[in-house]
Amino acid sequence: MNTLRQGSQPIAIEQDVVLARQTARKLSIECGLRLVDQTKLITAASELARNAVIYGGGGHMDWELLEDGTRRGLRLIFRDEGPGIPDVKLAMTDGWTSGGGLGLGLTGARRLVDEFSLESAPGAGTRVTICKWT
Amino acid sequence: MERIPILRMGEFLLVTIQVDMHDQLAMTLQDDLSERISSTGARGVLIDISALDIVDSFIGRMIATISGLSRIMDAETVVVGMQPAVAITLVELGLTLPGVITALDVERGMKLLRDRVQSR
Repeated sequence: MNTLRQGSQPIAIEQDVVLARQTARKLSIECGLRLVDQTKLITAASELARNAVIYGGGGHMDWELLEDGTRRGLRLIFRDEGPGIPDVKLAMTDGWTSGGGLGLGLTGARRLVDEFSLESAPGAGTRVTICKWT
Repeated sequence: MERIPILRMGEFLLVTIQVDMHDQLAMTLQDDLSERISSTGARGVLIDISALDIVDSFIGRMIATISGLSRIMDAETVVVGMQPAVAITLVELGLTLPGVITALDVERGMKLLRDRVQSR
């Protein structure tokens, strides 16, 4: 698996969520994802970027355009240095929320992508990696 | 301050969302709409989302909230123009927008709105 290009951008405030969506859109088009998959990935990115702002106190979105044989993929990593998630299993339950949301962000994002991983510990921030392949 | 325009057409209010909304803009629209329903006595609200290429859980919740609050203010809401890829994504995300009335395009939406308001 090769990394074709990579980059990073801050997600500190609410408006950065829009910018993260725009970057995800541009890259998913460049990656060659079909329209439905573009839409799914951008939507997942929007949920995770918002989480990083609201719950993580801001962070970064790192991106990588990948090539694996004839497939191409887009990997997005959302990382923050916030309080972390005390109970990851609980956070991955549909409808559970610690804030005022619907509790669909994390679980919904997982359903929208091909690969999903979540690393978090109390006080150690949160890192969510998603990837979608052509 | 940035705002999404709300147009009045007879007893209906029309909203066309044409920008990539940040969360605060969505909240402002929600507040503005309830204010306009109250001040105009509108009987229906038509929200055109055909220009939106994603609807995430926040925007989805805003749409559901507008629909619910307009109902208790004696107005019907119809959401029109959802792109197929957006609909697929919303369902997979887990957001089925219960209680939100939808139509494929503005024309069908207006007809639906007229029919529903007349039958009340």
